Amino acid sequence: MTSEVVIKADKLTKRFGDFIATNEVTFEVYVGEIFGFLGANGAGKTTAMKMLCGLSKPSSGNATIAGFDIYKQTEEIKKNIGYMSQKFSLYEDLTVIENIQFFGGIYGLSDKQLKAKSNELIETLGLQNEAKKLVTSLPLGWKQKLAFSVAVIHEPKIVFLDEPTGGVDPVTRRQFWDLIYSAADRGITIFVTTHYMDEAEYCNRVSIMVDGVIRALDTPANLKRQYSATLMDEVFYELARGAKRKSD
Amino acid sequence: MRTLGFLLRKEFKQIFRNKSLLPMIFVAPIIQLLILPLAADYEVKDINISIVDHDHSTYSQQLISKVTASGYFQLADYGNSFKRALKLIESDKSDLILEIPQGFEKNLIRENKEKLFVAVNAINGVKAGLGGAYLAQIISTYNNDIRMRWLQQPKFNPMPQIEVTSSNWFNPHLNYRFFMVPGILAVLVTMVGAYMCGLNIVKEKEVGTIEQINVTPIKKYQFILAKLVPFWIIGIFIFSVGLFLVARWVYGIVPVGSLLLLYSYMSLYMVAVLGLGLLISTFSDTQQQAMSITFFFIIIFMLMSGLFTSIDSMPHWAYIIAKCNPVTYFIEVVRMIVLKGSSFSDIKYHFLVMVGFAIFLNGFAIMNYRKTS
Repeated sequence: MTSEVVIKADKLTKRFGDFIATNEVTFEVYVGEIFGFLGANGAGKTTAMKMLCGLSKPSSGNATIAGFDIYKQTEEIKKNIGYMSQKFSLYEDLTVIENIQFFGGIYGLSDKQLKAKSNELIETLGLQNEAKKLVTSLPLGWKQKLAFSVAVIHEPKIVFLDEPTGGVDPVTRRQFWDLIYSAADRGITIFVTTHYMDEAEYCNRVSIMVDGVIRALDTPANLKRQYSATLMDEVFYELARGAKRKSD
Repeated sequence: MRTLGFLLRKEFKQIFRNKSLLPMIFVAPIIQLLILPLAADYEVKDINISIVDHDHSTYSQQLISKVTASGYFQLADYGNSFKRALKLIESDKSDLILEIPQGFEKNLIRENKEKLFVAVNAINGVKAGLGGAYLAQIISTYNNDIRMRWLQQPKFNPMPQIEVTSSNWFNPHLNYRFFMVPGILAVLVTMVGAYMCGLNIVKEKEVGTIEQINVTPIKKYQFILAKLVPFWIIGIFIFSVGLFLVARWVYGIVPVGSLLLLYSYMSLYMVAVLGLGLLISTFSDTQQQAMSITFFFIIIFMLMSGLFTSIDSMPHWAYIIAKCNPVTYFIEVVRMIVLKGSSFSDIKYHFLVMVGFAIFLNGFAIMNYRKTS
């Protein structure tokens, strides 16, 4: 891992009226890193992530994604990132292969690349028999793996994953993380939010957000040492316990 | 361009896979065109009439046979009790009472005049008004007949009369369907544009796929264009099916004017209406919201477009609203071209207004549509 910075957030803030969802968040993410972005429900994770993806305009503060400014170069940013939202967001009324080709196509893959990529994806995911079936007929775990594969189809510099494994069984979660590792091995930076503390242990570094502010940021090992805990669970509990915001 | 191709391919696939949208597109318009023009008819026929005849004379018999032979009236009851006739009105079995007084014939001959009494059940205003008018007309024609008979061939008519002969242009047989079918065609196309297109966009918001689209390099105009083009094509398709299949083969309506002109106006109109659909979609987050808003607009657009009632006879304020309604112009143009054969110079103004609508609705919608919040 290098120390080349790929995401740089500087006092990033988002206000909705009086409510400050994300309050002066500052951090850096390095190239090829798996960066865990933790926090209780309502802590401001999704808001922060949406600002970084260009889905939401910050109220104040600065950030650069892959060297591009989030205010001025949103279109450039969009070419260099992948995103997988909390909600499953592939087209349920298109088949597996149609989804792959549609998203590949709009990211500018050539016909030849598209063909190669779809074959490769279907093979890695073991979806040979489902390729021509509508996505709506797939089990949730498979859908999530497919959504992740589609999010990185154009080999972006960074992929943002918003609670990608919510509601997925432990075996499938494990397989999902294998996909994440293999993407990270290819040099894709992973920015992931999660509520599963075992997943936090898989990350290179994690940040923990409480009430719109980042309260801790380090490697899981360092955090556990600092809070003299044996599990990330305890670290998280220690920090999130003081939260004033009600979780939703 | 390539991106647009991918988007369009996706839209068409989704539309043709949507099991509730397909019948709406292909079956509903044809059924509506088959049923509505036949049912939504202004002509009032089969008015039930009760005749109370106190005279029982040749003249009264003649009058009654005139009334029943006119084709507008059904003799519900014939008798000599007004009370009984009134009962029939109260129980809704009869719409009109014509009372012929005793000595009708005698007085008419001796005094040269006599009064008849007509009572109308005015709960259904249209039926009552027209029924009363038809009856008055029949009586006055009968009156003239008698007069002519008495004034046996005078050298010149001592009572000058103006006889009105009218000829109906553009729809010689006053066939109501000729008036309705082009109007309903216009409404169908409006539904496709405003309703289906709007719902389609909102669906992506509701399901959440729009977020995925928004993080891709797809440009705003590409996404919007890919949403509008399929419905533009579907609108033109439905219009053509209605015009060539239903209007021509079922109602025998062959457009008098230029088809090219009709289609150019129709294409322009679709752009305006699609803009409305897009605008509605920017104001709603769920399909339910979009549906409610569209429903509100469609009702107003339908009733204030001159589809059923002439906008010229509306009160001034309503006339102004009707003039702010794009549907009004389209219905007018369709009727003008199809029935009258109007040329471009006749509808120049309509073109101009529609360009205005198209720019306003689409411009407003695009301003309102944002990829980021």
